[in-house]
Formats: sequence, structure tokens, C-alpha cells
Amino acid sequence: MDIHEYQAKEILSRFGIPVPRGGLAYSPEQAAYRAREIGGHQWVVKAQIHSGGRGKAGGVRLCSSEHEVEDAANELFGSRLVTHETGPQGKVVYRLYVENTIAIRRELYVGLVLDRKSERVMVVASASGGMEIEEIAERQPSSIIRSIVEPAVGMQSFQAREIAFGLGIEPDLIPETVQILLGCYKAFEECDATMVEINPLVVTEDDHLMALDAKMTVDDNALFRLPHIAELRDKSQEDPRETRAADRGLAYVALDGHIGCIVNGAGLAMATMDMIKAAGGEPANFLDIGGGATPERVGKAFRIVASDASVEAILINVFAGINRCDWVAEGIVQALERTPVEIPVVVRLAGTNVAEGRKILARSGLAIIRANTLAEAGQRAVSAWRNSTRARAS
Amino acid sequence: MSILIDRETPIIVQGITGRIGHFHTREMQRYATGIVGGVTPGKGGSEVEGVPVFDTVKEAVARTAATASVVFVPPPFAADAIMEAADGGIRLCIAITDGIPARDMIRVKRYMRRYRQENRMRLIGPNCAGVISPGKALAGVMAGDVYIPGHVGVVSRSGTLGYEAASQMKAAGIGVSTSVGIGGDPINGSSFRDILELFEADDDTRAVVLIGEIGGPQEADAAAFIRDHMSKPVVAYVAGLSAPKGRRLGHAGAIIQAFGESASEKVEILREVGATVTASPSEIGETVAAVLKKAA
Repeated sequence: MDIHEYQAKEILSRFGIPVPRGGLAYSPEQAAYRAREIGGHQWVVKAQIHSGGRGKAGGVRLCSSEHEVEDAANELFGSRLVTHETGPQGKVVYRLYVENTIAIRRELYVGLVLDRKSERVMVVASASGGMEIEEIAERQPSSIIRSIVEPAVGMQSFQAREIAFGLGIEPDLIPETVQILLGCYKAFEECDATMVEINPLVVTEDDHLMALDAKMTVDDNALFRLPHIAELRDKSQEDPRETRAADRGLAYVALDGHIGCIVNGAGLAMATMDMIKAAGGEPANFLDIGGGATPERVGKAFRIVASDASVEAILINVFAGINRCDWVAEGIVQALERTPVEIPVVVRLAGTNVAEGRKILARSGLAIIRANTLAEAGQRAVSAWRNSTRARAS
Repeated sequence: MSILIDRETPIIVQGITGRIGHFHTREMQRYATGIVGGVTPGKGGSEVEGVPVFDTVKEAVARTAATASVVFVPPPFAADAIMEAADGGIRLCIAITDGIPARDMIRVKRYMRRYRQENRMRLIGPNCAGVISPGKALAGVMAGDVYIPGHVGVVSRSGTLGYEAASQMKAAGIGVSTSVGIGGDPINGSSFRDILELFEADDDTRAVVLIGEIGGPQEADAAAFIRDHMSKPVVAYVAGLSAPKGRRLGHAGAIIQAFGESASEKVEILREVGATVTASPSEIGETVAAVLKKAA
């Protein structure tokens, strides 16, 4: 789960990381009020969306009066920011963060990630802060410092010192830098993060370190034990279809095509997508019913996919191990009998209780296109979509 | 022969009294697997499906001589259960549980290292379908009738794609020596490489099917092993060739995950070391048939 910049800063400051003075605003008037509260003569107004690259998308404004703050806020609220991470539909701005500006001498990059190779937490740092880490990796790969943390004892001061000296930090500022790095690791650990990024971490004109921007991603699997972080979830930043499915305990990925897919398992989801694309189609989404899905659960999944306006054909591809094909078939039949759909439905069932499942589909008398293999499933879904009325109309 | 489990392997089920653990205990017994007991703290002294339940793994091992365990314990307690197995004398632990926090898995892997190599438990999973040696034993949640006994090893991150491969092979009359689901979590017990090593050493396995996915370095590691140590042919499929880039990957993650993590790069790397890679998940069976024919 991603959280907003202001939330990440609030957490990090609790772990001793200095951040600029700032305040959250839900309206232009509140933004101006925040500016007055913070004081000074210059402020930065930052759109709070779950994405990097906000500056380039026009989501960060420099303002020199309360009036300007209010104007900038007026423009930003409700606007849709499109960045390289959001996709073409962008993300809507509902919250702004107002901060005082900081005079800076240097910009650094600090990131902590879960490194899959070492299976440990890795600190990534660079003296070339301010640009995206991908850009640093491309343009100044030699500036990147990596350090892996031994999980039994956590990050040690010497590691933080090595990183700090590696960044070319002046001796006077080393203790401060060490404290920040150790604080980041502590925050990473205690919040079950999978990513913490401070970019830039700056050296100010008056010789201090400060986190000017912060990002944090938290392990979804750990949210059960982090109620104070789980409540930071902002549904306005998610695809509404994904939210609706997640609230019903289903994993959903929204895509840009027109074939709605209901599958079991992430691997089969990706393979089904490969098959649809190979047959010349594009998936509109993936809904994973998981293991042990009851007819009710399958029905819910079906209704979520069918109610998506961009879906012009539905493919159900289930290879049942812990699942049962008869339950999947029952769920489909019940959903279709309750709410008939005008778009073609292709069903491929295999595995546990497949004979019963196929019987249920056949007995229902519903116009379901059946497929036996993965290849047939992909081809029939794409040709059914091509012939479907919704596709012809659009 | 087969790898990891066979008819003689004495297996306990951790979390045997839970709904899912109980159900799969029965399924594994139906496959004639040697389930000798189960563990649920506080339920010691009871019985499930005719086998005794113990409070601790140590007690279960002492009383049943179990060498393997299958874990169905819910996510908040699963890491603890795995470490208990490692400390209790279990040699092979298969963790089915989906949803264990990554931080817990870092701890588990660090904990396992406190045992010398020769005493160290082998962990498969978590978030996996388990292990099946067709006709011999099932320690997992696979549908047994998808598989026929034979001489092709299968190793897959995804459970359903493991079924897909086995059923396509079954349709072509090709059987499986052992199929191993290594699981879809970022931090897992055994890698592709670990399992390839076992298949290479297994007299009964003549070829291996490897089913990878986008993300993570394990397919590239497997490729290095294939190049340096593998004499048996490998057929590979990597799911997600058409997956949109960077969809779930974190930001700073992109840097340490620079090369070799997209499906097309993995395909390229595997092809370079001589694996036969199929671009279509529906052609795994026929590709294996062709490779076996060529090798014969």
C-alpha cells in the first residue's frame, strides 16, 4: 500500500528525520491559512497523489504570497495529474500539502528497499539527488552506494557512516546523517515497509540535513498488525474497480483492453493475458478468485467484471486445484440468471470436478461459449469479442 | 525415485485442526501420503482424520519420527510455525500459507542459517501449491489426478501453471517425477536453482520444466546453474510477456532490479544457456514431447 508524502513525512519525523514545516489542506482557504500558520515569505504547494514525477506534471507550485497559495490551490484541487506512473487516466488531487521553502546547497538520494536477491533490506544512496533513481542509475551509475542490512542485528552505525562518507558529507554533518539513516531503517522495520525513499535529502544553506520529499510503500501482508498505517489508505488514489473488488476480498488489476478475465492464481492470470494478446486481443482487467472460491464468491467476481463498461467480452479461465469447477460453474450460472448480460461469455474449466462443472454449464441452457484448453480459451475469447455487439458499436 | 518426498516420507501437518489444514490432510491421505500426525498448540491429545495432534513440533517429531511438515498456519503465526519446524528437527518444510509479511520471511531465512548446512531444514514456499511425486505422495494442495507418474520434473512459481503444464503433458502421455511449487512471494525458501540441483541429481528425472514469472532474480540464477551444471534438457515458459511494465514494482526497486527481470529478458537469458523456451503457455506439453523425442 502506498501512502502520501505528508503521511510518510509525519512517520519519518517520529523517527528523528527532520522535515520542513508544513500543513495539510483540503480547500484553497485552508491552504492559505496553512501558509500563514507556517509563516515566512515563500511556500511550496504540493499535490498529494500516489505517484512520483508530480513536479513535472505541474503538481508542485512555488508561491510568494498567501494569495498565490490560494490561487495555486484553486487550480490544483480536483485537477487530474498525469505522470509516468499514473497511466493516461491520471490521478485526482484532493489533498494539498503546504510547506515553507528551504534554501539548499546539495541534493542527495536515499532509498531503502526489500532486495530480493539478498533477501534483506538494502540501502541505496547517491550524491546525485533530485532526479529519479532510474535516471541516476542510467546517467551516474557509479554514484550509487548500496549497503545490505543484517536482519538479526539491524542497521549498524558504521554502515550509516560508510554511506554518509560515501556521499561526501562534511565531517560536521556525519552524526546528523547517521541519525537519519538509522531512523529510516527503524521506520522501515517498524512500519513493515517495502520501500522508503527520501529524494531529495538536502543539505541546507545553514548546514543541516532535511527530507524535502518522502515516499513510503507498506507491505499489504503486514497491514493486519499495523492498524495505524492501514487507516492511512486513500481510496481516492486507487482505481475504483480495484477498490470495489478489494473490499469484497478479490484481487483485481485494471488494464486498458476490452476482454474481462476471471482466473485463479497470478501465474494463470499472466498466462491468460499472454494468450489473449497472442490471439490479437487486449485484457480489460484480471480478477483473481483465489483458492477455495464458493459459488457466491464467483458470482460476485462475475458481477464486478460484467459491470465494467469497458468490458465487451468475458473470459473465465479456471484450473482448479483447491478450487472446484462445479462451484465455479454454479457461480457463473447463478450470476447470469440473476443479471443476464448482452456480451459473450467464454468459459474454460479444468481440474477438480471438471465433469460436474461442465454438466452444470450445459444444463443451464445459457449461451456460454465453452473452451477446453488454454489456447482455445484465448482464441475463442478474442473472436467472441470481435463479433460482439458492444465491440461493433464502439 | 523422485525428489523431496516419496511413499516413505513421514509427514506432519502444522495447523491440522484448522478448516483448510483439515481438508487438505484428508486430500493428502486420499493420495496415500504418509501423514503421521499434526500440530496445533493447545489441541494436543486430540485426533484429526485418524492421526494424533501434538502441541509442539518437537513432541510430534519425537513421537512420530516425522521428517517433513506441511504448514497451513494462518499468516500472523506462520513464520513462527516455520521456525518451530526448523528447530524441531524437521528436514523439509512446505509452507502453503499465503500472505506472510515479507519482514517475517526475512527473519525466518536468517533464523534458518543458525543451523549448519547439514542440519538445516529445506523450506519450500510460502504461498505455494506444495510438492507432489505422482503415484507416491502429495504434500500440498494440488489436484492429484492432473498428474501421471513419469520422468519429467516440474518447478513453478505459480500453482495453476504447474497444473497447466502437467495436464498438457498428461494429454501427451508424459508423466511427472516430482512437481514443486516454489511460491509467488518475493522472499521464498527454495529457489528455482535449488530445485534444479535436486532434479539434476535425481536418476528418475530426464528433463525439467521450469515455469517462471516477471520480477525477481531467480530465473537468471537458474540460467547460470543450467549453463554450468545441468546435463538434462530444460523446457521453460515465463509468464507475463505481455504484462504492463512497472505495474506493481516499487520505485527504488527499479534500480536493483535493473536487468533480467522482465519476462522477455528472462526468456532471452534462459535461451542463451540452452533451455527450450516456449512463448505460449498452451504449448508446454508439446514442447516437452519434442525435447524428449530429440533427447531419446
